Amino acid sequence: MATPVNKIAANGKGTAQGFVYLPLIAGWLVPGAGHFLLRKWGRGTLIAVSIVGMFVLGIAMQGKLYSNVHDVLDLLGLAGDLGNGLLFVLSRVLGLGADQVQVTTADYGTRFIVVAGLLNVISAVDAHNLHTGRKS
Amino acid sequence: MFRPSHFAAVVLFALFASIVFGITQRETPRRMIRYGAYCFVLFVGSAIVLSWLMFLIAR
Repeated sequence: MATPVNKIAANGKGTAQGFVYLPLIAGWLVPGAGHFLLRKWGRGTLIAVSIVGMFVLGIAMQGKLYSNVHDVLDLLGLAGDLGNGLLFVLSRVLGLGADQVQVTTADYGTRFIVVAGLLNVISAVDAHNLHTGRKS
Repeated sequence: MFRPSHFAAVVLFALFASIVFGITQRETPRRMIRYGAYCFVLFVGSAIVLSWLMFLIAR
């Protein structure tokens, strides 16, 4: 019985060439870049606009950028924020985002930033799957 | 500072998340659009239903 990996090889869809994790890493660092590398311009543009838009709206709402960990929830927030790749690093360097959530809108903003990071990880994995032929 | 209402925040959140879900979870453009629309309706619809439930429970 053929395993999923064997099926991919049998279908001739295993099209990965070069460094196999390049779309995954590029997609994580810059939203949509993984799909751009694979010449999926439409998908890449929509992903980039959605994730960057969500991150920028989160910052505009004075959302919190997690920088240090005090408890488990902070750790989860930091993991989500790190999913934004260079957007997170750039925002930390520029001092964007709030250190403390003081209004309700800022709480929404914090969630927007975390979810943008998680969506970016999903998109990067999708680019990796496209590259390896697991998805067409 | 951008200060959307709670409902506007829900709609924006649902819009962006649905676009990414549609693209990443389906393979053909037609199915991507359908799944994205399905997710958007579920996000916004469940927020409205839960809001009414909380309103009725709190009375």
